[in-house]
Amino acid sequence: MVDSYRPKDLKDALSIRAEYNPQPLAGGTDLMVRYQSWSGTLPLFTKSVMFVGHLKEMKYIKKEAKDKTVTLVIGGTATLTDVANHPDTPVVLKEAVLSIAAPALRNNATLTGNICNASPAGDSICALYALDAVIVIEKSGSRREVPITEFITGPGRTILGPDELVTAIKIPLKASSVNDFTKVGTRRANALSKLSFTGVADYKNGRIDSIALTFGAVGPTVVRSVELEKKLIGLSGPELKAMIPKVIDDYSTVIVPIDDQRSTAVYRKKVALNLLEKYLKELSSHE
Amino acid sequence: MKEIKFILNGKEVSVKADPLKRLLDVLREDEKMTGVKEGCGEGECGACAVLKDGVLVNSCMIPLGAAEGSEIVTPEGIRETDKGKCIIDAFGDAGAVQCGFCTPGMMMATEALLTINNKPDESEIREALSGNLCRCTGYDLIVKGVQIASERGKDLW
Ligand SMILES: Cc1cc2nc3c(=O)[nH]c(=O)nc-3n(C[C@H](O)[C@H](O)[C@H](O)COP(=O)(O)OP(=O)(O)OC[C@H]3O[C@@H](n4cnc5c(N)ncnc54)[C@H](O)[C@@H]3O)c2cc1C
Ligand code: FES
Ligand code: FES
Repeated sequence: MVDSYRPKDLKDALSIRAEYNPQPLAGGTDLMVRYQSWSGTLPLFTKSVMFVGHLKEMKYIKKEAKDKTVTLVIGGTATLTDVANHPDTPVVLKEAVLSIAAPALRNNATLTGNICNASPAGDSICALYALDAVIVIEKSGSRREVPITEFITGPGRTILGPDELVTAIKIPLKASSVNDFTKVGTRRANALSKLSFTGVADYKNGRIDSIALTFGAVGPTVVRSVELEKKLIGLSGPELKAMIPKVIDDYSTVIVPIDDQRSTAVYRKKVALNLLEKYLKELSSHE
Repeated sequence: MKEIKFILNGKEVSVKADPLKRLLDVLREDEKMTGVKEGCGEGECGACAVLKDGVLVNSCMIPLGAAEGSEIVTPEGIRETDKGKCIIDAFGDAGAVQCGFCTPGMMMATEALLTINNKPDESEIREALSGNLCRCTGYDLIVKGVQIASERGKDLW
């Protein structure tokens, strides 16, 4: 049996976290499965637990405008349902979130939990990499903001310190006219994805002005190559079209999946490249 | 062990238990709400579905401590209401119940759906029931049950 804490507010939560280093539990949809025991018995947590899902100060989604950028700020206890329902949620994130399990799970699970779980197959993570999301991390008396690509360091691993909590996720809202989130899973509801793909891009004056392409569940973390994306900036639709085979070739060197019980490496790579090709074709037909 | 209060089917209850005990077990063992079923115990089947502060959740995934102060509604809490009776009759007339193990969870998912959308189309119904597994009916009869409930209950929701 382990101790559990129910902080009365965020300040209280941060001081409990600093003093006892308990594991935060939000929706519990990852943790209750990871530590489940025989039916009818207590889950077998290995360290103390702090409930955070009820903390109202972090249950919000709002827009912030500063200079010329508008940012969507998603509070640390906003649920997947909250994120899917918000009118300003970028379409790829909305689709990613709606691809996760079923309503009863999404009503309870948080976006923060999906990120902190840091599964290479975490569906929101694939979209958040493409959206340049930033993770807001707090501990008593200080606060830092870290891009999601630096926050997640490996399967199930993040840079979060034992005295810290994630209190928000920030997403810069950018123009994006060609959007795609696709997940290839075994069963639509309740199946962790075998593979996911996110593409967001925008044209300005007939040329690609911004683009992000990410692949989930093909490596230890979500794969994104800013270097390869840079080669596509400035291309017109027809120019992109002519380059598609070359782009696929380039990406076949950065996508190096592993075999696991959900599918084989060869299958994953093939599907990932097919999804990329489909997206690039679609993109090249826009202006 | 802690003394934890929450509202169960409209009445405040106080349970002495480990805050990490699953709400599912608290409801079935401490509160004798056996309409809540355990199927998979890992969020896949919806047999344990209840309403928490008005939304559908799986009680096998929620530790009691996370439910402190919330309003929980189990199948027992809707069974005797006009809405509950409407759903039960509709399921009966549609032939939506065979072994019955999934039925309480299906009822809760139906109640949750009709509360936010009282005229769902077929794909909305299938989406709303997508977290509830049924080994017997093949789902079509349950979808029919929800459609009947939505037609007959248009003044209820
Ligand atoms: C049946 C089923 C189907 C699923 N399907 C999918 C799917 O298709 N795709 C997918 O991506 N996931 C899926 N999941 C996984 C899971 O539901 C998600 O990862 C969910 O978003 C986790 O959120 P939570 O709030 O429940 O997390 P919890 O279980 O509460 O926590 C998860 C992790 O986050 C940490 N954490 C939570 N809040 C904070 C905080 N504020 N600060 C710091 N750390 C924190 C916890 O300590 C823990 O390490 C599925 C799970 C189940 C049970
Ligand atoms: S018992 Fe809770 S979802 Fe299956
Ligand atoms: S009626 Fe038997 S599981 Fe649904």
